[in-house]
Amino acid sequence: MTGIKLAFNYLRIGIMNEFQYRANLYIQILQTFIALGTGLIGLNLVFAQTSQLGGWGKADLLAVMGVFTMTGGFIRAAIQPNMERLMEEIREGTLDYALTKPADSQLLVSVREFRLWQLVDVLTGAIVVIIALVQLNWLMDIWSVLGFFSALVMGGLMVYCFWLIITSTAFWFVRVHEIANLFEGLYAAGRWPVDIYPNWLRYGLTFLVPVAFAVTVPASAITGRLTFETWLGALALTVTLFIIARTIWLIGVKNYSGASA
Amino acid sequence: MRRYIDFYITSMKMAVIEQWQYPVANYFYMIGMIAEPVIYMVVWSAVATQQGGEVGGYTPGAFAAYYIVWTLVRSMNVVFTPYGWEWRIRQGQLSMSLMRPIHPLHNDVAFFAGWKVVVITLWIPLALALSLFFKPDLHPTLLDGIVFFFAIWFAYLIRTMTLSLLGMVTFWTTRVSALFELYFAAELVLSGRLVPLSLMPEWVQRLAWFFPFRWAFGYPIEALIGNMPVRDLLIGLGMQVAWIIFGAAAVSLVWKVAIRRFSAVGG
Repeated sequence: MTGIKLAFNYLRIGIMNEFQYRANLYIQILQTFIALGTGLIGLNLVFAQTSQLGGWGKADLLAVMGVFTMTGGFIRAAIQPNMERLMEEIREGTLDYALTKPADSQLLVSVREFRLWQLVDVLTGAIVVIIALVQLNWLMDIWSVLGFFSALVMGGLMVYCFWLIITSTAFWFVRVHEIANLFEGLYAAGRWPVDIYPNWLRYGLTFLVPVAFAVTVPASAITGRLTFETWLGALALTVTLFIIARTIWLIGVKNYSGASA
Repeated sequence: MRRYIDFYITSMKMAVIEQWQYPVANYFYMIGMIAEPVIYMVVWSAVATQQGGEVGGYTPGAFAAYYIVWTLVRSMNVVFTPYGWEWRIRQGQLSMSLMRPIHPLHNDVAFFAGWKVVVITLWIPLALALSLFFKPDLHPTLLDGIVFFFAIWFAYLIRTMTLSLLGMVTFWTTRVSALFELYFAAELVLSGRLVPLSLMPEWVQRLAWFFPFRWAFGYPIEALIGNMPVRDLLIGLGMQVAWIIFGAAAVSLVWKVAIRRFSAVGG
């Protein structure tokens, strides 16, 4: 209970912080539209040549792009800034300040930052999904809606665990900054459903970097492609990844000796 | 002239030594970069296969060739970023280079040119690995190879000029990130970075002729893979040289006006 209250307080501070820089909202809106525009250009170029790609039609892929934008916005709002701050603090030795606070250390390092304006991406992505559903003549179906939202939550959790695992390696390797760049490059693969990639790449994007679960699975759910087995698989992988991330974090913290803070 | 040659050779040597210390960091950066063309390659190969093996004159093997050569051209394309210019100007870092008896642009050109030597060396194993996975269809002639060699270095110079010009906008206003983003979006679409320009609608292809983007990206790739007639190869090199001369003239002109506005903040 205190954990939720703590997270909520940090969220409030984060939002208040962002309100100091309102001009950034406009820059964010412009960036979102540029990203969306180039995405749409790519999609239209592909569908000028073909009517379907790996069993996905144009409207289906629009839904994928919407989910990609939504999830990407959430990652940049809530996950990435926390993990980048954590990397920095492990390197500098200032993580002491977080570890000495009387709260669960993993929870604390995961909720300290929040970039409100990135939610423009979440909103825009949601609108794109809705447009795609209208194009698909989508009929409200409680199971796809439940599947969609649960898949989004699980995907978000998996990406969080992935980031935490990678960031925790900073306890041993210190220089892991390029990882952020690497993740952004790989996450871009989520713009397209993972079914179209060759096998080795598809497994990599499913189990090494959980792009498939973060984007393709929620999009499958809302377009009526998700099977119950896949959903169960996602649940199992979420739990497994969470346990692994937690374990590595705890070992890492034990290893941390604090530098010169 | 002597002192310029001396300066270039020394700066390039320094860049090689400096960058060679961080092969892992350089590799992480390159792998992150390679994700982008691999995605395009897979998507377009899938489209080509679905359309009976070819789309816009490209087979999956030709797409593989295009996007593998893409990775080298992209690496050559990395120059001092306009965000770096913003930092330089806003933080007053420029003051230091102004003390030197040489135009600061020479420093950028020489340093990044040296870095390219490291980048190309690191690129070779990556290209081999990509070729094993994606089987490119690539049969350049000797002439294609020679033209390509010059074309990638010219591309490097074109992009140095255009991005320096863009960066120098910071002399007038420090709110530049929106402008930079727009520029990069236009470049993505009009350069051949997103897809080979021949897959673009006719009017976009014609429009692309008038911008520097394609001469710094699509043209070098096509020179190596496209079996271009000699005439087109030479026209391309000519356009590149024209853009370099025009860019350099514009940079020195803007620099003369801009530097009077520069008031260092600190540093």
